[in-house]
Amino acid sequence: MADALLTPVTDDDGAPFWEYAAQGELRIQACANPDCGELRFPPRPCCPHCQSFDSEWRRMSGRGRIWSYVVPHPPLLPAYAAQAPYNAIVVELADAPRIRLVGNLVTRADAPLDSVDPAKIRIGAKVQAVFAEVEGVVVPRWTLERP
Amino acid sequence: MAGLKDATAIVGIGQTAFAKQLPESERTLACRAILAALDDAGIAPSEVDGFASYTMEETDEVEVAKAIGAGDVTFFSKVGYGGGGSCATVAHLAAAVATGQASVGVAWRSRKRGSGPRPWKNTTVQLPTPAQWTRPFGLLRPADEIGMLARRYMHEYGATRDHLFNVALACRNRANQNPDAIMYERPMTREMYMNSRWISEPLCLFDNCLETDGALACVIVSAERARDCRQKPVYVHSAAQGLPAQHHGMVNYWNDDPLTGPAWTAARHLWKNADLTPEDVDVAQIYDAFTPLIPLSLEGYGFCGRGEGAAFTEGGALEIGGRLPINTGGGGLSEAYVHGFNLINEGVKQLRGTSTAQVPNAASCLVTAGEGVPTSALLLRAP
Repeated sequence: MADALLTPVTDDDGAPFWEYAAQGELRIQACANPDCGELRFPPRPCCPHCQSFDSEWRRMSGRGRIWSYVVPHPPLLPAYAAQAPYNAIVVELADAPRIRLVGNLVTRADAPLDSVDPAKIRIGAKVQAVFAEVEGVVVPRWTLERP
Repeated sequence: MAGLKDATAIVGIGQTAFAKQLPESERTLACRAILAALDDAGIAPSEVDGFASYTMEETDEVEVAKAIGAGDVTFFSKVGYGGGGSCATVAHLAAAVATGQASVGVAWRSRKRGSGPRPWKNTTVQLPTPAQWTRPFGLLRPADEIGMLARRYMHEYGATRDHLFNVALACRNRANQNPDAIMYERPMTREMYMNSRWISEPLCLFDNCLETDGALACVIVSAERARDCRQKPVYVHSAAQGLPAQHHGMVNYWNDDPLTGPAWTAARHLWKNADLTPEDVDVAQIYDAFTPLIPLSLEGYGFCGRGEGAAFTEGGALEIGGRLPINTGGGGLSEAYVHGFNLINEGVKQLRGTSTAQVPNAASCLVTAGEGVPTSALLLRAP
C-alpha cells in the first residue's frame, strides 16, 4: 500500500463528487436556492453567496482549459517517484471558468501520469475529462482535445 | 482607542546555530534561543508571563516555561498555518502587552527540519481534508503547489527564471556576508542556478528554501519598559494578519484571483495603521520559502503594481544599495529555513544597526510571514 498512488479520502461535503465520478460523471456542487444557484468548489456545507444550506450537484460537460501546470521531480512518495517526472495540471472548466480542478494530463484514461510529453503541455490548451480507476477509486483525469 | 502603534518593542533576540543537523532536541534548542533572547534584553526568565508560537511548533509553552523558569504565565497563543504565523506571534504578544494581559512576552520557533522528516511525507493523514482534491493527483509538496502559481504568474506577466534567479541571488549574496548562514562563503552563479536540478518545474533546487535545524526567539515589552532594557528598542509600529475572502491555503487556485494572495489583505491593514508607506521602507525581510513568493509579496505589500513584481527584481533592486534590499541575513533560501523567524530577528538587527549586511541608517523594516497561506506581517521602526 505504501507504494500505491494516493486515493481521495472523502468527507461528507465532498463525497457526492466521488460518487458521481464512479459513474463517469463530472459534477460540481451548486447552491440549490433558486434565487442563487452559484457553483462552488471545493464542496462545503453552505453557499458563500447566499448562505443557503441547500445544494445540488450539477453535471458539467467535462470540457476545460489548462490554467497552469507543474512537472514534479523526486524526492516524491514512491509511487509518484516511479512515474516522475509527471505532470499535475489545474483545469478551469469551460462551463464555469472560476471552477478549477487539480488533475493529471494523460494520453488516455488509464495511461501513466507521465504519458504526455511535458513539452506538449500549454496553458490554455483545451482538455476533456476522462475517468480512471486508481486503487479502487474512480478519479477524473484529462486528455488533450487536440493531442 | 489606543492602538498598537509603537506601543511595544522587541528588546531581545536570540538564536542557536543553524545547521543541516544539530544534535540537541527541539526543546533544548528552543530553551537556548529563548534564554539568549532574554539575556540580550537583560530580563530575568522569571519575569516572562507571555508566550506565543505558531503551528508546526513541537515545543509547547508548558514545557518551555517550566524549563526556563518562567513565573506565572497570563497570556499564551498559538497562531495557525505554519510559516504564515511567524509575524503574528509578535503581533499577538504586542497586543497582549499593550492591553496589560502580559508584561514580558516571548515568541519562538524551534525546528529540526534538516534532520527531521519532510512534512509532505505525512500526506496520507492530510487526505480527509481538502487535500483530497490535490494530493492524489501528485501535487504532494509545497513546491508543487507554489510552482503551479509560479507557472501561471510567469504566463500572465512574462516573468522568467531570470527573475526568480534575481531573488535567489540576492538572498545568497547576503548569506555570503553572514557567518551564521548555512550558505556563508558559498557563492552562487547564474550558471549554477540554471543548471541545478528541477524540483517541480518551473521551480529548480535554488528556488526552494533550505532544510535547517535551529531555533530563534525574541522578547517583547511595552515601549515604556523598553527604555530601560539593555538594547536599543525596535518598535512594533504596525502589525497585521491576512486571510482573504475565499482564500484556500497553499492551493489558492479556487479563488477568483489566485495571484492576489494573503499578502494583499495583510498589507491593507498594515499600511492603514502605519505612519509609513511602502516608499518609506528602508529594508524588507520577505518570507522566501520559494523564490516566486518574493515578486508576489512585492506586489501585495505595495512596492510595485500588479504584475510588476518580477520586473522589480531587475537591476540589483533587491541587493544592498538597491531600491529595496531584502532578506539581509540570507533569508529562508540561504541563511536558514526556520519558518521565517530568522526574518524577524534580522529585521531587529537592521534597526539596531548590527546586521552583517547593514543598510546604512535603516529606520524602518517590513517583515512578512509565509505568503500562500493565511499570513501576517510586521512593520518595525527604530527609535
